[in-house]
Amino acid sequence: MPTLLLLGAGSDMAIAIARKFAAEKYNIQLAARNAAAISPLQQDLQVRYGITATTHAFDALASDSHAAFFDALSVKPDLTICVFGYLGDQEQAQNSWQEAHTIIHTNYTGAVSILNVVANHYAAQQKGSIVGISSVAGERGRQSNYIYGSAKAGFTAYLSGLRNRLFRSGVHVMSVQPGFVNTRMTQHLTLPPLLTAQPEAVATAVYKGVQRKKNVLYVKWHWKYIMLIIKLIPEGIFKKLKL
Amino acid sequence: MQKRLANWGNYPAIASEESAFTQEDQLRNFVGSHHRIIARGNGRCYGDASLSAQSISMLKYDKVLAFDTTNGILEVQAGVTLDQLLDIIVPQGWFLPVTPGTKYITIGGAVASDVHGKNHHVDGAFSRHIIEMDVITGEDNTLCCSQTEHADLFWATCGGMGLTGIITRVKFRLKKIATAYIRQTQLKARNLEEVIRLFDEYKHYTYSMAWIDCLQQGDTFGRSILIVGEHATPEELSPRQQQAPLTLPAKRKLVVPFNLPSFVLNTFTVKAFNWLYYHKNYKREMHKVIPYEPFFYPLDAILHWNRGYGKAGFVQYQFVLPLEKKDGLVAILQKISEKGWGSFLAVLKVFGNQDDLISFPMEGYTLALDFPVRKGLLPFLDELDEIVLQYGGRLYLSKDARMKQEVFWKSYPNAQRFADIVQQYNADSKFASIQSERLLLTK
Repeated sequence: MPTLLLLGAGSDMAIAIARKFAAEKYNIQLAARNAAAISPLQQDLQVRYGITATTHAFDALASDSHAAFFDALSVKPDLTICVFGYLGDQEQAQNSWQEAHTIIHTNYTGAVSILNVVANHYAAQQKGSIVGISSVAGERGRQSNYIYGSAKAGFTAYLSGLRNRLFRSGVHVMSVQPGFVNTRMTQHLTLPPLLTAQPEAVATAVYKGVQRKKNVLYVKWHWKYIMLIIKLIPEGIFKKLKL
Repeated sequence: MQKRLANWGNYPAIASEESAFTQEDQLRNFVGSHHRIIARGNGRCYGDASLSAQSISMLKYDKVLAFDTTNGILEVQAGVTLDQLLDIIVPQGWFLPVTPGTKYITIGGAVASDVHGKNHHVDGAFSRHIIEMDVITGEDNTLCCSQTEHADLFWATCGGMGLTGIITRVKFRLKKIATAYIRQTQLKARNLEEVIRLFDEYKHYTYSMAWIDCLQQGDTFGRSILIVGEHATPEELSPRQQQAPLTLPAKRKLVVPFNLPSFVLNTFTVKAFNWLYYHKNYKREMHKVIPYEPFFYPLDAILHWNRGYGKAGFVQYQFVLPLEKKDGLVAILQKISEKGWGSFLAVLKVFGNQDDLISFPMEGYTLALDFPVRKGLLPFLDELDEIVLQYGGRLYLSKDARMKQEVFWKSYPNAQRFADIVQQYNADSKFASIQSERLLLTK
């Protein structure tokens, strides 16, 4: 039975991904800052799907601990999915470094730090899969969320470089651009229904993407074209838009 | 997020700020800092019991915590739905101890409504099978309650429509089954007299209920089909079913994609439907072995059947009358028949003893009817209320959207005791719904 390491297991998207892979008979390692808080999910996965699920304390911001965290896993995962992220508050991040720091280090530095460790392990054994959940927000900076967007842009670039580096070792790296997802992160926002995915749809897309070894995955196909258009708007016009 | 919320009857609909949680500490923080909130499951109660300007969706609070497959004990978070549980327990040889006519309700909702099933006369309501549960009360702490621990909270929470607090965890007993099939017997009854006699004759069956055609007059007044059943044994299955006695063949669901225009439902179409339904039982007595799904959840096969009642929605009217008051049943059916306002679904069932504080079931006859919302409906239902009161009956809170407060206070003998316990655990009306305000159960 293959094992999945889920980094950031507390979110709605992570729960859906955990259930999808457990249903497909993966054992699941759930990593989150507060390991006690995810023990109901651990129990749920075991009862519903008859697989083995474990919980592990993991803090994306504590980069120093990442190598030791991965070393301590008694079973090394076949697949690692990095789900954690922090949207934060753009206005607050403009005015207080603390908020900007948390956004950047959660979405970029923390992800790079742990995935470097995982990538080196996979490179050495010449197999494994890495999935990073990035964001369409990283494709062009917009005034409404450019600090989050810039960190995700960095993450997207990191994943594409990693994919390039690991290709020859037979390691698969997939970046996911989910677009709007109906989760706790976005529950205070009004989202356009046609462009908004349910966490379960993201999970199914991720599972299929892993099976087919896709490189870049847009959960809702519209997003690929929306982002293409947004990227093609000349900067002179773009800067005047309220996006 | 601000949303338009309505329950299964699509009436009433209100604007509500809805929040959802996956973790208990988030949930408790929210409860600590908000007022006049109500927990909401899958929105399958019919009326306004889970509607409030501030609502908490429990649907993401849906983890199955433990399943003791030897003793049949299940421990779950309150937001998990019965259909999810059936998928887990049936293949392992267990079944829900009590289930209502839809599997798309949450366990929290099952407790808050203290739901009953076709087996009430044998197994009681859902509360009878609960070992313990956790409730976040108005004092902002989580209390574990059972029939012996915080018993007042336990009994006021069973059937208490969410007014004592938020049910977060429920541990309950399951029923052992050998197959996923039901051995069903259908009996045609020419009229009300006959169906009541048949209920008595077949009361040793675990499951029973009857469909009534309530547009009949004279000799065939109250003609109906009594359906009784037992969990089938492996020997009763066909050779094909015997190969996997605990798994059901996969089936596609029909969806009613939009609200039907209201002219589709009129006396004529209801009559035609009831005629077909009655005559499809071409023999007086029919036996067959069928999967548990169509037996327990005939309407779940048509997702969103509530849209069949059009945009204005409908009101479900379910009452119970004491066993010796079957004249009341006649009086009510006669009134409906006179008005020509029969519903597609008129379901008759005999309840066993009442075993709790505020739950709906009591020993007697219960009838459930659907009425599309239209002009004159509310005054007409008030007239029916009068008859229910006169015969010592009461209405089901989970289906109620319009009962007047005096009807509630006159018909539930433990109303005051219930209100006192609610007051004790929910003194500042932290938990309140439109229904609780209408019935004066919260301030």
